[in-house]
Amino acid sequence: MAQPFRLSRGGRIDRTRPVRFTFNGRTVEGVHGDSVASALLANGIHLVGRSFKYHRPRGILSHGSDEPSALLSVDRGPGRIDPNNRASVVEARDGLKTLSQNHWPSLEHDIGAINDLLSPVFVAGFYYKTFMWPKKFWDRVYEPVIRAAAGLGKAPAAPDPDRYANRHAHCEVLVVGAGPAGLAAALAAARTGKRVILADEGPEPGGALLHETSAEIDGRPAAEWLDGALAELDSRENVILLPRTTAFGYYNHNHVALAERITDHLPNPGTAPRERLWQVRAGEVVLATGSHERPLVFSDNDRPGILLAESVRVFLNRYGVAPGRRIVFATSGASAYTAALDAKGAGLAVSLVDLRAEDECGPELVELRAAGIEVLTGHTVIGAKGGKRVTGLVVAPADRAGRCGAHRLLPCDCVGMSGGWTPAVHLFSQSRGKLGYEATIDAFVPGTSAQAERSAGAAKGTYDLAACLAEGDAAGAAASGSAERRRFTASPTLTGFRPVRAMPTDADPAKVRAFVDFQNDVTAKDIGLAVREGFRSIEHVKRYTTTGMATDQGKTSNMNALGIVAGKLDTTLPSVGTTTFRPPYTPVTFGTLVGPARHALFDPIRTTPIHDWAESHGATFENVALWRRAWYFPKAGETLHDAVARECKAVREGVGIFDASTLGKIEVVGPDAAEFMNRLYINPWLKLEVGRCRYGLMLKEDGYILDDGVVARVAPDCFHVTTTTGGAARVLAHMEDYLQTEWPDLRVFLTSTTEQWAVIALQGPKARAVIAPLVGGIDLSPEAFPHMAMRSGTICGVPTRLFRVSFTGELGFEINVPSDHALAVWEAVHAAGEPYGITPYGTETMHVLRAEKGYIIVGQETDGTVTPDDVGLSGMIAKAKKDFVGKRSLVRPDVVAAGRKQLVGLVTDNPKLVLEEGAQIVDDPGQPIPMRMLGHVTSSYWSPNCGRSIAMALVADGRALQGGSLHVTTPEGFARVTVVDPVFFDPKGKRIHA
Amino acid sequence: MRRFSLSSLLSESLKGHRGWGRQWRDPQPKPAYDVVVVGGGGHGLATAYYLATVHGITNVAVLEKGWIGGGNTGRNTTIIRSNYLYDESAALYEHALKLWEGLSQELNYNVMFSQRGVLMLAHNLHDVQSFKRHIYANRLNGIDNEWLTKEQCREFCPPLDIGESLRYPVLGGALQRRAGTARHDAVAWGYARGADARGVDIIQNCAVTGIRRDASGAATGVETTRGFIRAGRIGVVAAGHTSTVMAMADVRMPLESYPLQALVSEPIKPVFPCVVMSNAVHAYISQSDKGELVIGAGTDQYTSYSQQGGLHITTHTLDAICELFPQFTRMRMLRSWGGIVDVTPDRSPIIGKTPVENLFVNCGWGTGGFKATPGSGHVFAHTLATGTPHPINAPFTLDRFRTGRLIDEAAAAAVAH
Amino acid sequence: MLLIACPHCGNRPETEFRCGGQAHIARPADPAALSDEQWAEHLFVRANPRGVHAERWCHAHGCGRWFNALRDTVSDRFLETYPAGAQPSHSTDVRA
Repeated sequence: MAQPFRLSRGGRIDRTRPVRFTFNGRTVEGVHGDSVASALLANGIHLVGRSFKYHRPRGILSHGSDEPSALLSVDRGPGRIDPNNRASVVEARDGLKTLSQNHWPSLEHDIGAINDLLSPVFVAGFYYKTFMWPKKFWDRVYEPVIRAAAGLGKAPAAPDPDRYANRHAHCEVLVVGAGPAGLAAALAAARTGKRVILADEGPEPGGALLHETSAEIDGRPAAEWLDGALAELDSRENVILLPRTTAFGYYNHNHVALAERITDHLPNPGTAPRERLWQVRAGEVVLATGSHERPLVFSDNDRPGILLAESVRVFLNRYGVAPGRRIVFATSGASAYTAALDAKGAGLAVSLVDLRAEDECGPELVELRAAGIEVLTGHTVIGAKGGKRVTGLVVAPADRAGRCGAHRLLPCDCVGMSGGWTPAVHLFSQSRGKLGYEATIDAFVPGTSAQAERSAGAAKGTYDLAACLAEGDAAGAAASGSAERRRFTASPTLTGFRPVRAMPTDADPAKVRAFVDFQNDVTAKDIGLAVREGFRSIEHVKRYTTTGMATDQGKTSNMNALGIVAGKLDTTLPSVGTTTFRPPYTPVTFGTLVGPARHALFDPIRTTPIHDWAESHGATFENVALWRRAWYFPKAGETLHDAVARECKAVREGVGIFDASTLGKIEVVGPDAAEFMNRLYINPWLKLEVGRCRYGLMLKEDGYILDDGVVARVAPDCFHVTTTTGGAARVLAHMEDYLQTEWPDLRVFLTSTTEQWAVIALQGPKARAVIAPLVGGIDLSPEAFPHMAMRSGTICGVPTRLFRVSFTGELGFEINVPSDHALAVWEAVHAAGEPYGITPYGTETMHVLRAEKGYIIVGQETDGTVTPDDVGLSGMIAKAKKDFVGKRSLVRPDVVAAGRKQLVGLVTDNPKLVLEEGAQIVDDPGQPIPMRMLGHVTSSYWSPNCGRSIAMALVADGRALQGGSLHVTTPEGFARVTVVDPVFFDPKGKRIHA
Repeated sequence: MRRFSLSSLLSESLKGHRGWGRQWRDPQPKPAYDVVVVGGGGHGLATAYYLATVHGITNVAVLEKGWIGGGNTGRNTTIIRSNYLYDESAALYEHALKLWEGLSQELNYNVMFSQRGVLMLAHNLHDVQSFKRHIYANRLNGIDNEWLTKEQCREFCPPLDIGESLRYPVLGGALQRRAGTARHDAVAWGYARGADARGVDIIQNCAVTGIRRDASGAATGVETTRGFIRAGRIGVVAAGHTSTVMAMADVRMPLESYPLQALVSEPIKPVFPCVVMSNAVHAYISQSDKGELVIGAGTDQYTSYSQQGGLHITTHTLDAICELFPQFTRMRMLRSWGGIVDVTPDRSPIIGKTPVENLFVNCGWGTGGFKATPGSGHVFAHTLATGTPHPINAPFTLDRFRTGRLIDEAAAAAVAH
Repeated sequence: MLLIACPHCGNRPETEFRCGGQAHIARPADPAALSDEQWAEHLFVRANPRGVHAERWCHAHGCGRWFNALRDTVSDRFLETYPAGAQPSHSTDVRA
């Protein structure tokens, strides 16, 4: 295509490097340096989308990230489709596919446009008033229709093949925005040698200087000054300049988040990440975020071809594109005059309509007329003509009271409108700085800072170029502790405007459709309706009408909405208030925020030294806390049930080997170690002999069980504490908290040794025989090394703390060895056990074997509401101890009251039926709903050694119900059970002492 | 009160919608009320509404320091469900859910209660056991909740990844079909309109600065930024600010106020048919009527009244969302915000009397109060009207922290929200 | 994310720390002597101030030490941090 609207010269584009992309399947040709918006305009394409609610034709309003209307889906290949991209932000490149949104069957002919005819019904909040009858229609008819109509683009359907990166950075000075103020700030800071990060959302730093073709700075063309500034920043090692990087969130204590877009603009991204999250902790922040132009609110101000005035100027000067050949500028201020002059200079037919009276205007008026441009002062815009493209503007003289004179039609194919300027105070507001209303520029501007931060330039309401430069320089110098200030000379900037809320009109109000929020289709009338219905806080108006809640978050609409509300309430802007600015400044992909934190990197995976052996021996794994634990070791063709039955039998009849390395381990050392243990556990510790073990139970201060585990006294001043797998960190933190803050006088040191000791559990009648040849320095005989003893010695020549303990009820050892040697020891023990049929087993078998013995698992039998007495362990409480953590709570009224749930065993009438864990228990299954529940099943298994199913449960007053019948829920109904003692196997406990 | 209906909407559309009146008045405070409700959120407004409609008490003021519905009511992710474990909680939330089911008609205000189903995902064997415990308990309490295999989860929620490459693969889920979402603002506005129409004064921009007590210690009224207001009874429903308000009557509360964050994506065409919650990986997600993905994040670890939390809380939540729904990495976060949630030691609410005569409190809803709004207002209105708790809120006393009769759903199941 | 000055290590990001709630609540010397009300008060009642708050932090992923801080819960600004067992130099009664 010939790009009929491309100017023959000018702009920061490279006409020798064409790019081709598609828009709705049609090939569009642009040039290097184009945005998708500028390339579309170069080809005369203005209709680029349909609006959210009324499906009105919409075009390109802006050149920047404030664009509310021109939203496109962008297709970068399989899995790389994403919706709602602003055409003004997407850089044109070869091979890009872009699609307009929210229409059917096509952009040109959209059935949804019927909504526009029904717009008198679809006013603000209409949905709160209807769709209530008949009631059942809501789910089936109304809501699906509403939902189908809502939303803009389509969500990506396939997983995203791109990757995302994350980086933390520190600097003394972070400058946000590389326009004149930001560049001056960065230069001033950089010259002090401080570390500076300068971030700008655009592909090219420079901000307004990129389209400043007539202004001069320090006697040089602005573009030359810009080149010089960038060259200097680039040459300094202490400066990181980040283009395409949006500072989107300003958090506590100068934590600022930036989103850098790395590859979307590249035809061949290679292996680089698509985007990167920068989390910057800055000593000082300079916000030079610029300002946004306000649209004018008049009838049909949303027609394609109607742009912001400054955006017209940007397309002309920066992209070398004429958005039309016959342009009418409509304004209430001076800045549009500059745009009009530039348009005239580009050879276009230009006229200008100014709401301000002749005497309100400044020198710009004379200048424009001198250039031969027709200027109608004291004129309002009654409305726009045209449908899918503006064809003319109806204007009329209007006095200050809003009375309109004779209409006149100004034919045109483009309108540049300007209702003044709004400083971009978003980040300042996010930093919790207090905004103040500045009447002279009709804007909220940064007031008192809450953090180490300064605003400069247009973000602060300073629009004159020389003043912006000076303010930026001062901010950058102050932020880096320098007293030096520079002076700048620059061409004067045309500033000043008359605040206008909705343009005066004499049209029938019923026929006026003057848009305030272009994307959400909110009109001035909608805002009036909300106020009439009693919504007076701007937050209420926003929520009721949805103004400012679209993807642009109201960058172009908020001040107009606020002004209209203030007008309706006959009050001032500050008394209506401003809505709170929330992160992000512009939308940020989830991918940027997530970075690489997926799958294996979502959470660390902890594995034991024996993990690879288990994997190579066919283990199936389960996730327990962060650990991967071997769940069971199926042989070919075995199910979980088969494998567990085999493993269970093997342990009780021969010997099994189990990786218990995930157990938490804490070394408690010091002269007061026993006293410390005494205060933390319910058990007594002072008299525990060296070389002996004790099962310890620990409570939270509220009296509920926190954790359990075997503890060995290694020396008078040293305890080897074990914890549950999931509880290790929690228990250590709990111990440290009490030690440091409650009992700092105790001489105790705590060290986590979970990673240092691997634990190999060897369980079964043959266990002693297996390790006997491998152990050195320890007498393994039952007399010398009884159950619940611990000895230090060697195994396979490796130092070990050998525990004679059992979580299975069998003769058992837990071999603690340094992790580096664990695999070798494991393999040696396994080899030594082969003559005895040694069987590796996993956590499932461990669970079954301990349930056969009625041993509890914290987190399964207990749930954070269970006391020692509830699980039948109150006998472990050291009676002589005056106090321990949690003791006082055990005598609270409800904790000693009757009816608490107690641990019992359950056997089903049908021995083959395995109850579901979590199943509820009742005494009478025939009672009406809601039923009185007595408790629930905490553990339930097929017990190969008992030859039947077994279960443990917490049941109200359960210990008194021994021998009685209860009923347990099953998927089909109820099963009858008998309450029994929870020890199902070897109740006398003989085997453990073998 | 002008009735809302399709016909009134159509007739107004022919008249430029000039005929709609205010949805609620903007009255000056009277010197005295039978009941003063402190806090104009959903719970406070519902309390006033049911005081008027159920108990005939209309000389009521709702005092709101900002704008109604501006606290947690307008900041939450609108998840509504009742599949709680303990009888006490189940009764309370099921009471609310039943009210939700007729609320649009009751209020003549479309609160868009959408029973899209809430699916809670199990990622480990402990989750499975815990969810079955809930399902069976719910069944015996007459509350729907069912177990889905992971394949059924995927069928119910097609964007869900049930593959094994997840760090914590999905093992299955518990689904409450009657659960869902609603339009949060509409709940506040609908109750406000209904209460106002029955004579309740809704007074915005009116902060309570003190609670006046007589010689016997009984509360007699509230000092406000708009003067003293005498009150027969005072109901404090101030969510995150409860500690501060109760301190005015020298009542110290077992509460801590934390920032809770949430976010929405840009709006997209319907892609997400239900609500999915995963406590194991900390993800809560649904899609609103407007097309935004609504995502709940967690609380920060420190107390704060700033309505702003750390970015790491947000990113952690999105890690989980993108882990479960890998196609959403290209979606964009549009807006994030924070609320202030008041959390009790057992994470269940406190609804009832205080040690001060005539002073009642409804607080401690933590991260999950929105779903209870109608039920909470209903039982609290009963408590304020009669001076005694409704059977449903009777267990939710302040005294339970003394006796130890806690209602700790989270300890029982590691379930928040 | 907060920036927290560990008294032992200096400024570090919040993610290295664990917050331990209200500070200066000493465990009673003889809990058994307390009434149920007093014990419940100790366990559960918290100042939860809107304003300056004395709170406990642990530099869990650093030196591992517990310390105290004064922070304004409205602005989240730290007034000071100080070692466990010490008293703050600012008053904690501000707006409490």
